[in-house]
Amino acid sequence: MNPGLYIAQQVINAISLGSLYALVAIGLSMVFGILRMTNFAHGDMMMVGAFGTLLLGFAGLPFWLAALGGIAIGALAGVIVERVAYRPVRGAPDVSLLLTSLAVTYILENLGILIFSSSPRNFPLPDWMNVALQFYDGQLTFTQINVVTVVATAVSLGFLGWFVTRTNAGIGMRAAAEDLQAAQLVGLDVDRLIVVAFAIASAFAGLAGVLWAAQSGIVEPHMGFTPLLKAFVAAIIGGFGSIAGALIGGFVLGALEIFIVAFLPSAVSPYRDAIVFALLIAFLLFRPNGLLNRSQEIKL
Amino acid sequence: MSAPRGLPRGLLAGLAGIALLALVTWLLPQLVSNYLVRVVIVMCINAVLVASMGLANGFTGVFSLGHVGFVAVGAYVSGILSLSAHAKGAYLPDLPHWLAGITLGFLPSTLVAGLVCVALAFLVGAPLMRLSGYFVAVATLGFLIIVNVVLINAVDFTRGARTFTGVPLETSLPWAVGWLAVAVAVIARVVYSPVGRRYRAVREDTIAAQAIGLEVLPVRLSAFMLGAFFAGVGGSLYGHYLGSFSPAAFYLAYTFTLISMLVIGGMQSLTGALVGVVAVSVASEVLRNLERGLDLGIFTVPPLYGASQVVLGFILILVMIFRPSGIMGDRELTLGPLVKPRQEGPGREIKR
Repeated sequence: MNPGLYIAQQVINAISLGSLYALVAIGLSMVFGILRMTNFAHGDMMMVGAFGTLLLGFAGLPFWLAALGGIAIGALAGVIVERVAYRPVRGAPDVSLLLTSLAVTYILENLGILIFSSSPRNFPLPDWMNVALQFYDGQLTFTQINVVTVVATAVSLGFLGWFVTRTNAGIGMRAAAEDLQAAQLVGLDVDRLIVVAFAIASAFAGLAGVLWAAQSGIVEPHMGFTPLLKAFVAAIIGGFGSIAGALIGGFVLGALEIFIVAFLPSAVSPYRDAIVFALLIAFLLFRPNGLLNRSQEIKL
Repeated sequence: MSAPRGLPRGLLAGLAGIALLALVTWLLPQLVSNYLVRVVIVMCINAVLVASMGLANGFTGVFSLGHVGFVAVGAYVSGILSLSAHAKGAYLPDLPHWLAGITLGFLPSTLVAGLVCVALAFLVGAPLMRLSGYFVAVATLGFLIIVNVVLINAVDFTRGARTFTGVPLETSLPWAVGWLAVAVAVIARVVYSPVGRRYRAVREDTIAAQAIGLEVLPVRLSAFMLGAFFAGVGGSLYGHYLGSFSPAAFYLAYTFTLISMLVIGGMQSLTGALVGVVAVSVASEVLRNLERGLDLGIFTVPPLYGASQVVLGFILILVMIFRPSGIMGDRELTLGPLVKPRQEGPGREIKR
């Protein structure tokens, strides 16, 4: 096997996985940036988005429409959760916010089990998405899903970039992330900005959920939790609270996970997640502001 | 405390408490069904775990999500130690010789499990207790995940993701009640002592605590290590109660159960931890029975698996919104000098 092609293949895999982590991590970081809240329920919007897509698909909608609908349902779920559970505890100590979001996770996942049972379901895809593209006699392979993942991520990131730099709501969101009280003092409608932030963050998570389900072929109520934990790592690697940082962190983490399995001895690969979370701890200790080093005091 | 309390009085109360506990543990199995006795045993184990979790999470304000990691280590360490040589040969053929040869009793293996957790807590806590707020929560969650991954992959010691079985069923009611009494007595003794006052000082205002000369790291670390000891003990009790378990038993779902008990009861009070355990256990038993479906004569409620957890989640959110410091807040119910009374005068926190 050609080593150059092998590396190229791993890079492709890394970009595909990194896109998903980046999509989840950005939403996590956006909400954290404004509310200083670690939103454990964020990952469950992936589950909501994927199940929404599944249901709309059963209802007879074509896949792309069902996916858009699922993403919209994910965004709506995020907004509802913010309104019902998070707004009443806003301003409480960090731990209260964290616990509330843990409780929301618990509710959503068990509602998922209640409605759909805990056994995984097949995620039906249009045939063209499963087509594998092969180059160099199959030494370089990826499926259309990988292409769709990267394109959808790029489009969403482009939208987000436009939104936070060119629209009033986006600029307001950044102001709120900089200093929530000051934003309120200069007359920004912070409640509305937070709703917008949750809508976008959850839509991104919903999209990630649809793509995740498409790649793995299954949907299940706990599907969002592991990606959420990985997104935490990604967001912290990049600098928690920074959108650009989350983007970079997502791709760094995706690459790291793929490369651990691809280039290290096979005895190491089962410990991949342990390595990733050890890295998280290392970052919290030695570089708590992430690679981008945006200042923020979290240590003693 | 201005003056030390008279020893005879404390001794008397202690003896009376022990006699009462002995009476209850003897009487209970005669009065109620076997099923209820088992519920009480699980409640005692959970109470050990929640009270020890409250030590770090509630009293020093370092919110750790990694407690169940220590519980898992305790269960596995004590399980490996107390497994009979025969069972070791059957289930863990690849165990190193020095482990395969020894079989300890229930008490020594529980103590070793606790001490292993203390050592682990020192290693983990020395760096992590420097963090604060949500970052310590995320980092300790990372610790929990690492423990889980290691347990699944250390196949020679744990049978990996498969069920670890053959652990002798030693956790009887007297053991569970006894350990609970020890845990509560030790933790009460610590948190209502000068050391405990340091815990709360560090929690209420870290910078002010440092300004009056408190070293924050040793204070937090000692609470974390003591909590880990009882987590290991509780893990051993739980392991010897279940007899067979897998790494999945000691993961996020169990973490959530323990946290909701702690928070609903009141993180900053030892009584709160116990009240939370009782409240959540009773509520989940009732809900779990409802969940199996209900025959009301006229119509039947279909079984709704998972509904009890949903309700528990809602209860937790309602508590966070309307009573964020839990049922007990920072108050204690006192049972004479055995559990120290609420501290008077300047010991109480000054609310800003």
